[in-house]
Amino acid sequence: MRRAPRLWTLFALPGTTWLIALFAIPFYAVACVAFGTIDPIFRDAVPQWNPMSWDFTQASQTLASLTSGPLRGVAIRTVVYVFCAMVISFTIGFPIAYFLARHSGKRKLLFLALIIVPFWVNYLMRMLAWVNLLSSDGLFTRFMRLFGVNYNWLDGSPITVVLGLVYGYVPFLILPLYATLERLDWRLIDAARDLGANSRQAFRLVTMPMSKAGLVAAGILIALPMFGDYYTNDLLSRSPSTEMLGNQIDFFLNASSQPQNGALLVIVLSIFLLVLMSFYLRSTRQQARQTTR
Amino acid sequence: MINRLRGRRTSALVYVIWGYIIWSLVPVIIAVIYSFNDGRSRTVWQGFSFRWWWQDPNASVFQSSEMRNAIINSLVLAVATLLVVTPLGVALAIGAQRISGRGTNVVQGLTSAPLITPEIVVGAALLITFTRLFTAVPLGFTAQLLGNVTFSLSSVVVIVRARLVSIGPSFEEAARDLGATRWQALRFVLLPMLWPSVMASLVVVFATVIDDFIITSFLSAGVSSETVPLRIYSSVRGGATPALNALATLLVLTSFTVLIVGLFGLSTWRKRHGERGGMRAALADVTRMSS
Repeated sequence: MRRAPRLWTLFALPGTTWLIALFAIPFYAVACVAFGTIDPIFRDAVPQWNPMSWDFTQASQTLASLTSGPLRGVAIRTVVYVFCAMVISFTIGFPIAYFLARHSGKRKLLFLALIIVPFWVNYLMRMLAWVNLLSSDGLFTRFMRLFGVNYNWLDGSPITVVLGLVYGYVPFLILPLYATLERLDWRLIDAARDLGANSRQAFRLVTMPMSKAGLVAAGILIALPMFGDYYTNDLLSRSPSTEMLGNQIDFFLNASSQPQNGALLVIVLSIFLLVLMSFYLRSTRQQARQTTR
Repeated sequence: MINRLRGRRTSALVYVIWGYIIWSLVPVIIAVIYSFNDGRSRTVWQGFSFRWWWQDPNASVFQSSEMRNAIINSLVLAVATLLVVTPLGVALAIGAQRISGRGTNVVQGLTSAPLITPEIVVGAALLITFTRLFTAVPLGFTAQLLGNVTFSLSSVVVIVRARLVSIGPSFEEAARDLGATRWQALRFVLLPMLWPSVMASLVVVFATVIDDFIITSFLSAGVSSETVPLRIYSSVRGGATPALNALATLLVLTSFTVLIVGLFGLSTWRKRHGERGGMRAALADVTRMSS
């Protein structure tokens, strides 16, 4: 456009100010609480607003607790649960996205609509539905008893938590996966087939490399909220034996009087997720370069 | 031969996809059905009734004061968020799209960061901010409103910017050549063309806010600011009656109504203005951001 930068700056100003005040500054506030001190009498966190005098003693204690102390189990469990849930989600999500992208029959719109529906059904409603089915006289529990399976699904079962995460987040994986696969140039795969590759080779040597960036981006898109998830766990288990990092953050900030620990865990989680986010940005950029459209 | 092979693989995948659809939808449908249960149980069927919808004078969705309170809180929060975030987001989208020079990177980074920041991080950071730094903001409705605006601002920006890109600068340039001031070109040419993206943002933000749990929960101040998702969360594992199923059903119905009305509105607008795409493009508008 012709020069008028001042007008456009004016347009961007209110929103940018809002985000500085309520998105950027809050991160600073978290750091100030995390690296602040604790009031000796009231045991409450006293934020240290001056970064020059931040105190890292509590931070190193929390880090030690995460690597070799009581929080170690929580950290390992978080990673293991999310990893399992990711593997299952891809196992379910990829074939479905692949089918939707390749299929071009008259049912395509119907399938797409039915796949999008869970996307718009409230997460808590979907968890409520499973709590009902899995409770001790729920339909699913009664059904499984017919086969001699008598399992207490809702009382600290890692299987339930992992499958709950899958159930909750897989719709959010399928759509981006579908978008990636639909954008592929399928003529290249047909060309590979014509040149003598069998279907497995074509998939491994052509489809996968072409869609890798998109797959990584889609995976990270659901890994991020899974790492911070606490309510799936709360609703389906409520047991300390399945607690994840998000539960600890929720506990320290909302239920206990140790906000400093909560703030520290938020920082640990953010740094960990920052690494994932940079991967995400790199793959989306790569993807943008790869696709011609 | 390739076609034959492809056909066989496709047919196996059809079962996978139907299996997935059943798995993802049937539990929810069962939960909806049980909201019509005549007994107090959410798991054992005891006959059909509207007891938990409106007949029970104290415990049904429309008569229980707590549930009515939660429904009103949810609606007020969603509408208030829309009123704040729409103008803010549209302006930011136009500005961020056209800004140049110093500060550009800051604006771009700030507008895209909330999209990939997990909600728990935003919720926790805002909770700490409102209790320690901006202590003038009380927890409850005000904090929930500020939090939801912050979290949904970026989705408005993304939706509106996509539209700005597809419109391009030529219409405004034409208006300018015909003598319009920059402001007139913006007001009478660009803004009307942005309408479908504004409508899509309204739908997406409404659905996001009405469904939001983490931020709204971190910033709530007890029962007075309890929304429907918070209510569901706090009573799922207790001995709640099927009224809870009815409440959750109502939540789902609300977001679907808004979605469907929005989709029809969008596709009608496109048709009337001679833009191609119809329902499919409308669906793309609305799902672009929620992923």
